Amino acid sequence: MSGVKLLGINGSPASRRVEWALKIKGVEYEFIEEDLQNKSQLLLESNPVYKKIPVLLHNGKPIAESLVIIEYIDEVFEGPCILPKDPYDRAIARFWAKFLDEKLPAVWKALWSQGEEQEEDKKEAYEVLKVLDNELKDKKFFGGDGIGFVDIAANFVGFWIGIVEEATGVVLVTSEKFPNFCAWRNKYLNCDQVKENMPSREMLLGYFKSRVQAVANGPK
Amino acid sequence: MANDEVILLDFWPSMFGMRLRIALAEKEVKYEYKEEDLRNKSPLLLQMNPIHKKIPVLIHNGKPVCESNIAVEYIDEVWKDKAPLLPSDPYDRAQARFWADYIDKKLYDSARKIWGTKGEEQEAGKKDFIECLNVLEGELGDKPYFGGDNFGFVDIALIGFYSWFYAYETYGNLSTEAECPKFVAWAKRCMQRDSVAKSLPDQHKVLEFIKVLRKKYGVE
Repeated sequence: MSGVKLLGINGSPASRRVEWALKIKGVEYEFIEEDLQNKSQLLLESNPVYKKIPVLLHNGKPIAESLVIIEYIDEVFEGPCILPKDPYDRAIARFWAKFLDEKLPAVWKALWSQGEEQEEDKKEAYEVLKVLDNELKDKKFFGGDGIGFVDIAANFVGFWIGIVEEATGVVLVTSEKFPNFCAWRNKYLNCDQVKENMPSREMLLGYFKSRVQAVANGPK
Repeated sequence: MANDEVILLDFWPSMFGMRLRIALAEKEVKYEYKEEDLRNKSPLLLQMNPIHKKIPVLIHNGKPVCESNIAVEYIDEVWKDKAPLLPSDPYDRAQARFWADYIDKKLYDSARKIWGTKGEEQEAGKKDFIECLNVLEGELGDKPYFGGDNFGFVDIALIGFYSWFYAYETYGNLSTEAECPKFVAWAKRCMQRDSVAKSLPDQHKVLEFIKVLRKKYGVE
């Protein structure tokens, strides 16, 4: 029961965040791809509260919730620091990671929104992006000069949004509206850490395009 | 630490504000308590928490820390020589963060339905609320506190809700002693601590406050 196992999903931002943290620390781990339509006994036992991925198993002991897992990885394994050392900077990093997680549903909703609700949903998403844009005004990355905890947490807004926009045709992010965010995203997508730690863009695009099709064909 | 300036922007019935009051009391940190009128938020609050505009906000030497659980961790890290609030073992710390996050995700919304809604919605809220407390009771087990032998992070995250129990029982027509006796026993144990007793408002005062809120929301 020793070693590190990760119950996750290839195309899930939360799962990819954890893999990214493990790679930063150079930790060897076994990745177990879960089927959400047919969850494994191990997953149900390891995360009885939410029954969700990702779940990290370290020497058989489970930890759930991606941001909690990343903090654990940072504390337990040697290697480059993921969270800042200074307590105030840590509090700020935790604040932004939490903000990203809490606001993700609003952005996701706007990407898939149709009809009358779309304008209202887009407005809410714009508010979130405006806040992020503002935060990135004088910074290269959320973490400052280098990638940090918040940038890892921001993988959904950094990598996934663009792909879903392409699949659905709903455009939320423009450089006119959110210049700082776009500047960050360009650097983000071009840096090695991101390239190595994100799933295949083609694979995700294909997946989302088929979802768009399913929605179009679905019950009205 | 003698020249630290610590200010807490708070609102007396807030179970989130109570977390900070308790943490600061446990650490014996002197601070200035500033009561906010949430219908007329102070310029200081709007300046210190421009993104959420919510209390509580901890201001340490002019720098704001927002989000109550994040601020409690900050307090624990800065005033580290006394009364540790988080466990020392990384795995136990991860579990503590997981449960504090669970409380944030699940408890407030279901509790709000108990006093803030009627009919089916209220019944659903009651059911979710009790389920939540039962899950937490399961996690508590036979331990005196969520932290084990020591009062800590999860206890602090949760105990503030107890000051609202008289209101939940009155408006929800439920008996928490009957539905979750272990929880009530734990809460009474926590109330024996000075830091908790001094930080929680009187339950009858909270009831009066909710009565006014219910009229405002047209539930009364």
